[in-house]
Amino acid sequence: MLLEKYPKEVKQILSKYPPEHKRSAVMPLLYLAQREEGYVNKAAMQDIAQLLDVTETEVASIVGFYTLYHDEKAGKYRMQVCTDLPCALRGADEFLNNLCANLGVKVGETTEDGLVTIESVMCLAACDKAPMFQTQGPDGIKYHENMTVDRTMELIEALKKVKE
Amino acid sequence: MKGKSFLWQNKRLMAHILFRHRDIPDINKLDVYKKNGGFAALKNAVTKMKPAEVTDVVKNSGLRGRGGAGFPTGMKWSFMDSKSWPHYVLANADESEPGTFKDREIMENNPFQFLEGVALASYAVGANLAYVYLRGEFWQVAAFLDEKLAEMEDAGYLGENLFGTDYSLKIHTHLGAGAYICGEETALMESLEGKRGQPRVRPPFPPSVGLYGKPTVINNVETLTNVPLILANGADWYKSMGTADSAGVKIFSLSGRVRKPGNYELPFGTTFRQLIYENGGGVQDGRPVKAIMPAGASSSLIVVDDKTLDTPMDYAFVRTLGADLGSASVIVIDDTVSIDWVINKTIHFFKHESCGKCTPCREGNYWMRHLTERIHSGNGYSTDVDLLLNVAKQMQGKCLCALGEFSTMAVVTGIERFPQDFKKAVKA
Repeated sequence: MLLEKYPKEVKQILSKYPPEHKRSAVMPLLYLAQREEGYVNKAAMQDIAQLLDVTETEVASIVGFYTLYHDEKAGKYRMQVCTDLPCALRGADEFLNNLCANLGVKVGETTEDGLVTIESVMCLAACDKAPMFQTQGPDGIKYHENMTVDRTMELIEALKKVKE
Repeated sequence: MKGKSFLWQNKRLMAHILFRHRDIPDINKLDVYKKNGGFAALKNAVTKMKPAEVTDVVKNSGLRGRGGAGFPTGMKWSFMDSKSWPHYVLANADESEPGTFKDREIMENNPFQFLEGVALASYAVGANLAYVYLRGEFWQVAAFLDEKLAEMEDAGYLGENLFGTDYSLKIHTHLGAGAYICGEETALMESLEGKRGQPRVRPPFPPSVGLYGKPTVINNVETLTNVPLILANGADWYKSMGTADSAGVKIFSLSGRVRKPGNYELPFGTTFRQLIYENGGGVQDGRPVKAIMPAGASSSLIVVDDKTLDTPMDYAFVRTLGADLGSASVIVIDDTVSIDWVINKTIHFFKHESCGKCTPCREGNYWMRHLTERIHSGNGYSTDVDLLLNVAKQMQGKCLCALGEFSTMAVVTGIERFPQDFKKAVKA
């Protein structure tokens, strides 16, 4: 149970919104729920529904609508490369292709060791620092800008050494 | 161009107004911000001015919304329904337009000026609770702002009974989770209420019925960051910069095929040529500019010639080129790029980001994506281009929010203004 596991965090999240509008806490609670496994499981959705007096279907619809919530397990880190117009004008497509070739995966696939899932995503508001991507993992979301395939491979090596 | 302030010489910046961290590197520290005049405007407003007087100064300054629509800020504040309470203030930090990356630089480097702007807006409309809605990807920025908010509270610039008055204010951050549509004001409110981010029918507009059904002011980060200096230096000072149509300074996010992409804070009225060549170092490999998208992926495509390059950038002048300045995210496209590829990219984006509420946008973007992909891959016929144009035009004027409309802009202007690129891309 979310409340038992993170009592302080849940309380702090709920305190941000007027008590009569506690449904507003659904988004921060979902981030909390997927912190450990990288996705929101069904039990957590039930849990949040109960905490906020909404139906489980409503919580599931939030998970489905927003791209940063996941309902399936992937690599420990999701490496999300922006390939929108401004990034693509600075070589983001080539970067993504070369990175995939280097890792031996296709977009959407996870490396064999389960460490990294490569994804192609929409604009991340870093158009002047392309090629770039964000990593979404147990420690939240981090930006990596002005990247090359070599530097990305170094980053992946470093991520391998991160202990839980 | 109107009279120049002491800050400007030959339209070059002597000191920044928004990007003050570029002049004062430690301005993200509370004591440094304070030493450089920080919070004086807030203290003066809360202790010596009536809320309506704050709104009047902003109104007189000519400040217009920097998120894209360019609506007069003070006027928006004055629309708040005084018969319905409580009032809320929302800072729109959902920055998601492809080509826009200015608000992040403000929040990461000059956070207190932005937050003081939120506080001043809140005081002006009588709000005791404000939220900064950041796109979910700005996870680190939100954590940073949380630290800064705590520092402000400790120093007495937020919280109960500010400066010994009976005015109290709380500001919280709220993270989105990856949805471009949440930058649309009513979708943002839905999202903050814990629902899917889908736009509402307007009217009623947010100053009557906004967050939790209550009067709400919602402003872009850059807009709010202007406010403390306007209050400190006066409306006339602000109006002395920029053009008659568009007062003050603007951050131009320059991207695409330029040598030095980045954010440039310049007065309205700066020309495209000055932005691209003097600030941006010109085009990569010395190629000529073929097209400009002045408002990111939502933009019309402007055909570039000498007249275009010498056009001053403000809301009114850019309109004479058949485009909008919007959030001033200037994407530069050179002659190595074909426009059928450009619109395939923009439609890929809009198809993904359409929230699905209005049928013309949801279905229209789906079919436009099929057509742009077919044309770009070399499998299209000229009839596909006609059909694409037809689908785009059928979508226009039929959606609740601007996303549906914006998704068609590059398609329609691309086909109409760069027909040769499409002729080359299709089979007979």
